[in-house]
Amino acid sequence: MQRTGSKILEARFLAPEVKWFRVEAPRIARKQQPGQFVMVRVHDQGERIPLTIAGSDPNEGSITLIVQGVGKTTKLLNTLEAGDRILDVVGPLGKPSQMEKVGTCVVVAGGVGAAIAYPTARALKGAGNRVVVILGARNRALMILEGEMRSFADELIVTTDDGSYGQQGLVTDALRKMIGDDHKMDLVFAVGPIPMMQAVAELTRPHGIRTVVSLNPIMVDGTGMCGGCRVVVGGKSQFACVDGPEFDAHQVDFDALTKRNALYRDAELRALAELLKHRCKLAEAT
Amino acid sequence: MSLHPLTPKERTAIPRQRMPEHPPADRARNFNEVNLGFDSELAQQEALRCLACAHPKCVEGCPVGVKVKDFIELILKGDYLAAAAKIREDDVMPAITGRVCPQENQCEGACVLSRKFGAVGIGYLERFVADYERRSGQVALPGRLPPTGKKVAIVGSGPAGLSAAGDLIQLGHQVTVFEALHEIGGVLVYGIPEFRLPKQIVREEVENLRKMGVQFEVNVVVGKTVTVDELLQQEGYHAVLIATGAGLPQLLGIPGENLCGVYSANEFLTRVNLMKAYRFPEYDQPVYDCRNRNVAVIGGGNTAMDAIRCALRLGARNASVIYRRTEAEMPARVEEIRHARAEGVQFLLLTNPVAFLGDERGWLRAVRLIKMELGTPDESGRRRPVPIPGSEYEMPLEVAIIAVGTRSNPLVPSTTPDLKTRKGGYIEADPETLKTSKRGVFAAGDIVTGAATVILAMGAGRKAARAMDEFLRTGQW
Repeated sequence: MQRTGSKILEARFLAPEVKWFRVEAPRIARKQQPGQFVMVRVHDQGERIPLTIAGSDPNEGSITLIVQGVGKTTKLLNTLEAGDRILDVVGPLGKPSQMEKVGTCVVVAGGVGAAIAYPTARALKGAGNRVVVILGARNRALMILEGEMRSFADELIVTTDDGSYGQQGLVTDALRKMIGDDHKMDLVFAVGPIPMMQAVAELTRPHGIRTVVSLNPIMVDGTGMCGGCRVVVGGKSQFACVDGPEFDAHQVDFDALTKRNALYRDAELRALAELLKHRCKLAEAT
Repeated sequence: MSLHPLTPKERTAIPRQRMPEHPPADRARNFNEVNLGFDSELAQQEALRCLACAHPKCVEGCPVGVKVKDFIELILKGDYLAAAAKIREDDVMPAITGRVCPQENQCEGACVLSRKFGAVGIGYLERFVADYERRSGQVALPGRLPPTGKKVAIVGSGPAGLSAAGDLIQLGHQVTVFEALHEIGGVLVYGIPEFRLPKQIVREEVENLRKMGVQFEVNVVVGKTVTVDELLQQEGYHAVLIATGAGLPQLLGIPGENLCGVYSANEFLTRVNLMKAYRFPEYDQPVYDCRNRNVAVIGGGNTAMDAIRCALRLGARNASVIYRRTEAEMPARVEEIRHARAEGVQFLLLTNPVAFLGDERGWLRAVRLIKMELGTPDESGRRRPVPIPGSEYEMPLEVAIIAVGTRSNPLVPSTTPDLKTRKGGYIEADPETLKTSKRGVFAAGDIVTGAATVILAMGAGRKAARAMDEFLRTGQW
């Protein structure tokens, strides 16, 4: 158990492996804007990982994080409960989402990408836009933030890969249909797995629909210091941590991003395997 | 009367004492400190070599004016604690500077013995007394003047910030140091590797400052978490020192730079040093597995030497330095180049990369190099390297580390509207007072000068501390 760090005020699972945290972070809460992230380290030997801030309460001095347990660090995080502490929480980092009134915005969120899309989607609504949310997951159990999205969205389309809930298909199927129906859209904001964001970019490109994606490259410091998170945008290297994380989807080299994100696959799998082997022991140590 | 029992001739007859070090073959595979340090016998021998000049050039050669002659005399007297205290009057972190200063360009370069007999090993002696003091557990922490009631914020915990903190706390001010990362020390912890500067030493220096009353707040990115204006207007700070360094990586802008396996030196070193990737999987942060791979660093400075020697210790099969000029122009400390070579690092001089070549998975597989020759001198006075047409060739390479310098960090200037910067985003500050264009805000170290050395940053931090003290006491800008 960490004795220092940011205290977790509330924690609950939204879906299998997807946990919602309210974390004490007064300075970050005061400053946070949609689209920004924090860097997090869970224990003394831990790595630093970026997590998008799903929301904040400046009065209470807390921020909200939604964590999908995929690797060692996120799985460790998801063992934490209210009263536990997260050793390091730094932010808010990255450029805020551009919030302007453009007309109709379609927010496309795949899987846990909903956590990243949610604060931006809500802020787009707040800026006076008509907001259509396409929310997708592999199946009903993995669907998160549906109620939250519904609370402000002018329209909510839900898709599941297996058809267990909403329309059967991918979020891109729903988007394709909207484009086919000549639905008015001035901005598409897409967050999710890289193939999904890439597919959205290819769908909107021929129609010249402005499309923004939030990228998730591997980061170390999150302040522009290392350049590990560089992505190719418009043929030029950009640092996602300070120049992004949001970029014009039509300029992003998704293939390069996919390749760079595979850089530590072996190490990630090894760390995860060790974690699962020693899960109980490690959970105690944090 | 001289303390020296020997005549000048006898003194110059003593050869410069060699620093004991781990044998290259052993050390090239671990991260333990390379230099073992003098024992008191070696220190006495070396100290005897000092001619105790009437006008010691070494003191002039030191950016912070350490009283070299005086501390060497104290060594000869056997009063090592007093010698350490003497250094601390001008240099608050002697265990660090004794290890990382480029002495050959500073105190030792100015030593009258340097040409004919080899300079007095001032750095080695400094390190000896600092380590003696550390081990004695009797570090003489300076006292504090009565509290002034003034609050100072220092942005950045590298050499400039730490040395300023040490002075300002002694002067009676309340001092808080803000650090963006999770550990205090800046480049001393993320940049310089364990085998050159053990992190325990940095931790002890930080602990000393803490004992003196300095407060540290990690995980605060000034410019993001809180702005300079908020520190001044909302958090009650009376003055702010910006000491954020020049920590942004410079890349080459050549094809293939985004391939997997191409690193900035900052990223590579941060992973290895700060995040302890060399102890993966005990530590979680990985670095690309260098074992049995060809690794090269581009550049010829200390950062380049640090990075390639890390790669060697991570198991690289071939470790090379690719540098576009000759060894004479390399900015690295002479000792680092010597150590690297002894450990088996290859030097490809007068050579420059023109492209990184990848495989179908997007991983680095080779580098295309071109031979260079030296032409006319450029503005730095060094002869400009010029490519030799038709001399391109390919070399197999799986890991490339780019160490060709750094840029200024824009986080503070970009969020502090009335802070003037000059070309490259460096903050404009008065060379004497280190005052910026904004009242109450000072700046020191690499964020003002561009990338320099630990000791220059420390000197600037101390200079700023003096000017800040005056501002805090008089309120006059």
